[in-house]
Amino acid sequence: MMELSHITAGYGGEPVLQDVSLSFPPGQVTVLAGPNGCGKSTLLRVAARLMEPAEGEIRLDGEDAGDLSPKEFARRVALLPQSRATPEIAAGALVLHGRFPYLGYPRRYSTQDRRAARRAMELAGVSGLERAPVSRLSGGQRQKVYLAMAIAQETPVLLLDEPTTFLDIGHQLELASLARTLAREGRAVVMVLHDLNLALTCAHRTAVLRNGRVAGLGTPEEIFQSGVLEEVFGVSVHQVRLGDGAVQYLFTRRNADG
Amino acid sequence: MKSLPTSYTRFRKRITILALAAAAACAAVASLCAGSTALPLSQVLAVLSGGGEGTARNIVLYVRLPRTLAALLCGAALAMGGAVIQGVLGNPLAGPNIIGVNAGAGLGAVLCSALLPASLTAVPIAAFAGALGACMLVYALARRTGASRITLVLAGVAISSMLSAGIDALSILFPDAALGANSFLIGRLSGVTLSALAAPAWLTALAGAGALAMSYELDLLSLGDEVAQSLGLSARSVRNILLTLAAVLCGAAVSFAGLVGFVGLLVPHAARFLVGSEHKYLLGASLFLGAALVTVCDLAGRVLFAPFELPVGILLSLMGGPFFLWLLFRQRGGRRP
Repeated sequence: MMELSHITAGYGGEPVLQDVSLSFPPGQVTVLAGPNGCGKSTLLRVAARLMEPAEGEIRLDGEDAGDLSPKEFARRVALLPQSRATPEIAAGALVLHGRFPYLGYPRRYSTQDRRAARRAMELAGVSGLERAPVSRLSGGQRQKVYLAMAIAQETPVLLLDEPTTFLDIGHQLELASLARTLAREGRAVVMVLHDLNLALTCAHRTAVLRNGRVAGLGTPEEIFQSGVLEEVFGVSVHQVRLGDGAVQYLFTRRNADG
Repeated sequence: MKSLPTSYTRFRKRITILALAAAAACAAVASLCAGSTALPLSQVLAVLSGGGEGTARNIVLYVRLPRTLAALLCGAALAMGGAVIQGVLGNPLAGPNIIGVNAGAGLGAVLCSALLPASLTAVPIAAFAGALGACMLVYALARRTGASRITLVLAGVAISSMLSAGIDALSILFPDAALGANSFLIGRLSGVTLSALAAPAWLTALAGAGALAMSYELDLLSLGDEVAQSLGLSARSVRNILLTLAAVLCGAAVSFAGLVGFVGLLVPHAARFLVGSEHKYLLGASLFLGAALVTVCDLAGRVLFAPFELPVGILLSLMGGPFFLWLLFRQRGGRRP
């Protein structure tokens, strides 16, 4: 369980996040949604300790996250960041880097490390690419290899910053169901998503951010009912029930009157 | 069947590094034998094992041995320094001479020889201080402006030209200073003595070992700060340590060889082509390839136009210029993202 309480953070000047309190419970996919510049990526950076908040604190299972060493923290929280380099190494080697928080000196991978990496690659759907150079992979494959690296960290909290960029629709849906699988194993999965329909269909809980504050938090159904999406994004939201009972959401421009 | 290829790759990389080491050794032997007076190998070996007669002994011990060691050391140090800098900054264009590290070292060395003409041991330290200053300055500037690859190179070029102007000014104001000579700016290995090599050799050995010990950290850093940090690496402090080691390596080489160009840019790239970008192998391959390349270039400069002698820096730049262009256009060409 990760708890952020009263987080205020920014890059100098007007804070990007103002007094944000959120918790990420295990076993659930929490999606952060909101318009561009609302602070959702900043929130993820703060949660991953890439950024020091000006105020507020982060607790992991009740412990102050600030007391953990970088490696201890990396054994409990993994991040798939938005910006990634393209190293000239094999995909399998990159995924094994996810085991760094568990390595001593000299850096030798144990059987357990290799097993974790293999399993992560299976989950992310990139087994068989172990020996392919990362630079030769397609954008989508590279994304999944990086995701496998984060999964290989075997952390109770997994933070994903826009994991669906570069993915075509089939792979986006695959990723959404992977997020569910990872949550079912007991992890707290947190995703920043741009696609609102995906944000509502794959989340257990959705947090809507606006101007650095939490404008709404609840199950996708609760969020839909509350009307916060209309207010924040300025669109009309329609719920569509498919034949098999699944729910999808459509968005149209709001009429001038309302 | 499945595990065979990985161990095979590792095996192939090790063999490549051994082959490069052998190449460096061959270049060193050739450099001891060839020159204005060609000496047969048997005679050189006799001198090295403590025998030999007068002239040959003098040539080998006081001219060719220091010069060969200087070439090996200079190449190894600059190539490893370059590999570390490129890894730390995640930038294949960041050679030590491009981003001003060599110019910083040069300014330190020239300043030191102008102000403390008597002290030879102070020169490597001053060169290191200059290299470190330039390194940190470029890094801080680029970081403040977003640390994009282009910004980094441009900031480095600007700093490099300011530092070079400082070197030029000093060599005009202090024409008698030992390092003020023109040849220092080009990079040359003539007239190097064993005593001037002692301190740089120690520094190179220590910093090189340090960089090798941190090769895994380098692998992580080259994935970008965010990834490295989320894997539990203290990116900032590790980077500062590594940049310091790179500055020691470059400063050590510049202190006796002058502003040798392009080794630190060219060799890590060629090494990456040979063994990939895992730093454990990349650093080892750079070490030997750099040593071999500088030794061969120095030898060529002595032999090709005899009785004239071209400083090693000129030959390296003649080769390095086209390579750098190829590198730029290959990237534009889009093989890499």
